[in-house]
Amino acid sequence: MATQTVGVRVPARGAGHDLRAIKIVLHREMLRFLNDRTRMLSMLVQPALWLFVMGTGLGSLVQGSIPGVDYRTFMYPGMISMTVIMTGMFSAGSIVWDREFGFLREMLVAPVSRGAIVVGKCLGGAIVATGQGVVILALAGLVGVPYSPALFATLLAEMFLAAFTITAFGVMLAARMKNMQTFFGLMQMAIMPMMFLSGAMFPLANLPSWLHVLTVVNPMTYAVDPMREAVFSHLDVTAQVNAVLNPGVRWFDFQVPVLLEIGVVAALGLALLGVGIAQFRRAD
Amino acid sequence: MTADAAIVVRELRKAYGKVEAVKGVDFEVRPGEVFGFLGPNGAGKTTTISMLCTLVNPTGGSATVAGHDVVRDRDEVRRNIGLVFQDPTLDSYLSAEQNLRFHAELYGVPKGMVDDRIRQVMEMVALWDRKDAKVMTFSGGMKRRLEIARGLLHSPRVLFLDEPTVGLDPQTRSAIWGYINQLRLLEDITIFMTTHYMDEAEYCDRIAIIDHGEIVVIDSPEALKASIGKDRVQIQTADDTGAIKALRERFGLEAAVHEGSVTFAVASGEEFVPRLFAELGMPIKSVSVSRPSLDDVFMSYTGSTIRDAEAGADNKAWMRAMVRR
Repeated sequence: MATQTVGVRVPARGAGHDLRAIKIVLHREMLRFLNDRTRMLSMLVQPALWLFVMGTGLGSLVQGSIPGVDYRTFMYPGMISMTVIMTGMFSAGSIVWDREFGFLREMLVAPVSRGAIVVGKCLGGAIVATGQGVVILALAGLVGVPYSPALFATLLAEMFLAAFTITAFGVMLAARMKNMQTFFGLMQMAIMPMMFLSGAMFPLANLPSWLHVLTVVNPMTYAVDPMREAVFSHLDVTAQVNAVLNPGVRWFDFQVPVLLEIGVVAALGLALLGVGIAQFRRAD
Repeated sequence: MTADAAIVVRELRKAYGKVEAVKGVDFEVRPGEVFGFLGPNGAGKTTTISMLCTLVNPTGGSATVAGHDVVRDRDEVRRNIGLVFQDPTLDSYLSAEQNLRFHAELYGVPKGMVDDRIRQVMEMVALWDRKDAKVMTFSGGMKRRLEIARGLLHSPRVLFLDEPTVGLDPQTRSAIWGYINQLRLLEDITIFMTTHYMDEAEYCDRIAIIDHGEIVVIDSPEALKASIGKDRVQIQTADDTGAIKALRERFGLEAAVHEGSVTFAVASGEEFVPRLFAELGMPIKSVSVSRPSLDDVFMSYTGSTIRDAEAGADNKAWMRAMVRR
């Protein structure tokens, strides 16, 4: 039995303490992910299916109209964002799981700010999702995307940002949810249309105007477009094909630059994070 | 005493809508004591403990824990308390040690002490050899022990245990009590616990009996039992009705048949038994004398046994559920 007691005096709260809290929440997120092989696998199977089955099938249909580019190459950035988004959402969903199984209580009764817990959760989700995206990056060669370090660095940064924002969105949804079924129902309801309208599956050029409006207000469009921009800048395609497959986003006559798109995603992410933290502060 | 009391509670109230779960309770817990809240389910125990742990805001009155106000200095209170809930709050996908490490980081235990302290609390609850096992492989008793270890990790001044042994087998229950008693020797800590097991209340230095959101009485288990003053005598005879009549006529005692025996209460049972044999005027087959138990205490203060009180509460809940349909 223990003979000597180690006297611990927990110090007053400070920035260092909150930082430790963020780190451990993040660390747990990664441990949980690494322990759950099934989840890892299922997250990878879905985009691979889209890319190689749907992409190949649809690609044979549109082969004639887009000379020089494989349809799967077009879908590739869309699939990266899809993987990242699903993984991020799942990470956020684990909050509901934690609530159901009581662990959330352990976090919420600790003498740390709710903000630290929420930030840790969002960063954890973003890192896990980026890690998942790396696997999709490894498949680049199979769909005709060059293995360029500059391209991968850009994509990784964009993935991380998209994942952070979507995790923040998920955390905000999860803040008040009491059970998993409701959360995943809501998640499907939110993710599916956002996915369809983001340009991940089909090009956003030449759409009917009502659909165009929806794609412009869809925040996910601004996460997918920079990735496509990055991929296409490393491809050798004609201006004509580029205009069809990689039209970018236009606000009326204004062609939205990539940096502004990234700014939109980042601003949205921070706003959602703020709302999420506020939700947790109130939820007592 | 108030100045250095571990917990001071004044007129503490909590209402949920129109229902008053806690109707203004007052008590103080001394440093280093084991203080028990005893009452049937639904008496307000968990609501009170939740207010003291800053999880629920009171609707009236005040409380300080380790010198900090539970509403105004919430974080200070949290830093100074350890919590073991009725329901498990462990991450079952992590190992036992990972769960404790998470807690240490979250509570800001100084980095250099984390390893030693984790080892110490795990050894205390005899789980050190299972530190790398995932919590999902643990039995209910092991999980509870791990939660107690975790509650102690940051050396809290007050440890709150909400029904620490509910749902555990008798052997594990006594093991947990072993740890709690050992803990008092090793650490400078005050323990506040709730229970509805009478036998466990015996381990407390003082207990508060709470019923319908109000404290009925606070004292040590011995003093409470002594306050009843009477022993319970049970006799078996061939003619119970005759025996009850004889007891009333010859000794002025009111007796009734409980559990197949004629039962009555007298001040000192052992001394009364010889008189009983000499003067009852009828043969007695067997006799037993028992000291008052906390069950008797509970009954004399609340008018029902704790089991009856719970059955009553369950019935009411059940009836409400039926009515709502």
